[in-house]
Amino acid sequence: MTFVLTNLVPGDPATANLGEQASSDPAAVAEYRRQHGLDQPLPIQYARYLEDLARGDLGQSQQSHQPVLTDLRAAVPATMELAALAILLSLLVGVASGVVSALHRNRLGDHVLRVLSLLFVSMPTFWLALVAFYVFFDQLGWAAGSGRLDPGVTAPANVTGLYTVDAVLAGQWFTFWNAVSHLILPALVLTAHTVGLLTRFTRSAVLEVLSQDYVRSARAKGLPERTVLVHYVLRGALVPVITVAGLAFGALLSGTVLVESIFAWPGLGGYAFRSATTFDLPAVMGVGLVIGTIYLFVNLAVDVLYGVIDPRARVQ
Amino acid sequence: MTEANHAERTRPQRAEDQRDILDIVGLTVALPGRTGTGTTVLHGVDLRLKPGGIHGLAGESGSGKTMTGLAVMGLLPPGARARGRVLLDGEDLLSLSAHELGAVRGRVVSMVFQDPSTCLHPMLTIGHQLTDHLRHHLKIGRKEARGRAADLLGRVRIPSPAEALSRYPHEFSGGMRQRVAIAAALACEPKVVIADEPTTGLDVTIQAGVLRLLRGLCDELGLAILLVTHDLGVMSAIADEVSVLKHGRVVESGPRARVLTAPRHGYTRSLLEALPGRTAT
Repeated sequence: MTFVLTNLVPGDPATANLGEQASSDPAAVAEYRRQHGLDQPLPIQYARYLEDLARGDLGQSQQSHQPVLTDLRAAVPATMELAALAILLSLLVGVASGVVSALHRNRLGDHVLRVLSLLFVSMPTFWLALVAFYVFFDQLGWAAGSGRLDPGVTAPANVTGLYTVDAVLAGQWFTFWNAVSHLILPALVLTAHTVGLLTRFTRSAVLEVLSQDYVRSARAKGLPERTVLVHYVLRGALVPVITVAGLAFGALLSGTVLVESIFAWPGLGGYAFRSATTFDLPAVMGVGLVIGTIYLFVNLAVDVLYGVIDPRARVQ
Repeated sequence: MTEANHAERTRPQRAEDQRDILDIVGLTVALPGRTGTGTTVLHGVDLRLKPGGIHGLAGESGSGKTMTGLAVMGLLPPGARARGRVLLDGEDLLSLSAHELGAVRGRVVSMVFQDPSTCLHPMLTIGHQLTDHLRHHLKIGRKEARGRAADLLGRVRIPSPAEALSRYPHEFSGGMRQRVAIAAALACEPKVVIADEPTTGLDVTIQAGVLRLLRGLCDELGLAILLVTHDLGVMSAIADEVSVLKHGRVVESGPRARVLTAPRHGYTRSLLEALPGRTAT
């Protein structure tokens, strides 16, 4: 799939990578194509690609001149650190404000939250990233600059690749706080869209559940309102919220492409952006494969959670 | 109205000397309308319920039967206003605060709702839903509550009650779910149960079983039931007294045998005539 898509893109990796002078020399182009196997018919290229893939070889990046796998090993944890923090923040804030919004239906708090969530959902992430970077770093100086650490701060010993976790494992608290300060702004920018999404969906899910007979029955049993809310209403609203959270995670990953480029975050999104603009096909295919796998696992996790939450979804 | 007043004076033979456990006097309920003036759905409803008695509340859809039940429970839709008095064992429920009402609801008066497939939470076990209010109201531990819940399930004839506690509503049939809902309503040994169309949607043989169960509980526990139903057949099977509601007003009220065999109001007669292939007993 990723192979077909990347090869369908009109554009020639040879001309993109050789530089202006070399690409006007037919001999150099032919040599480049031969080296990278691009002179072979597509089915053969594909067979070679699969053969390499089976050995765990994703090819060599034409930009970094390193195996794509090595590049990805460095990029994936950087993105996961960012995306995990962003989805966590989104869930905390989005679900809470969705519940508050539903409980205050058509009152002031609800209106404010609805306008805010609409604003967050519709703001383009790249624009928000630029504005946030300009305001909080350039003007106010509140946020740390680009990258994962300040220049001069060395990365902690690689265990998980997540700098915050690795720093804690190594007991380097200064590095930990530095990594956190670098994480916050891009994570908040990524959070904006998903928070808006989760607020809106949680609100409608809770309103839906509040009108259910089983909530009225719970009240008829004389249970305190807090018990009704936590055990009956939230439990019932969880399935749609989890579904949206899974989708939101996908949206969040695609948001990293631009956010990482703007914040010079050495992650998957920035890597995808660079390799796509330079026709670095092995790298693009590698990214596609990784993103596809992440999607697969997120969906699997969502399905497993369905079974945990809703007994009717369990396989007998 | 004169007929209704007359009917009220006609005391049923059953439990003659006992005090009313539930006494609804002049209950008027207004729902908020779009125009702001609101719609009055109940106009001065009077109803009395004796310990151990079943009072049937009949009437067609929209006559205000369910609203009466919800008003007693304090579960009217948001914005609705209730006037009059709802005396439960001498205490006016309409004057209670939300907190005080919470202590009465499910404890002294409880409700069984119409549709057993929607009134149990699909994602919580039967045990959870049978014990949470038990534990809240009676301040007992989890183990004791589960023991009581198993007894209750046995009483409503759910097979292997102890195992049923850890199962979910979708694993039971409609009739069984209704029995579970009845068990939940009975858990804290209330004095009054409002049963809103408890047998609608169940097939006839199961209906009879649920009705027998309700009657048995009244006789055995001294429970009083306000039985809300549009089905006069159900009513004639178990009610001691019958009130007929039309457009939010009680048009006729009295002992079952009298109301169903010699109705005084034209509306009651038309309800009786609407029964397919049935003659009033």
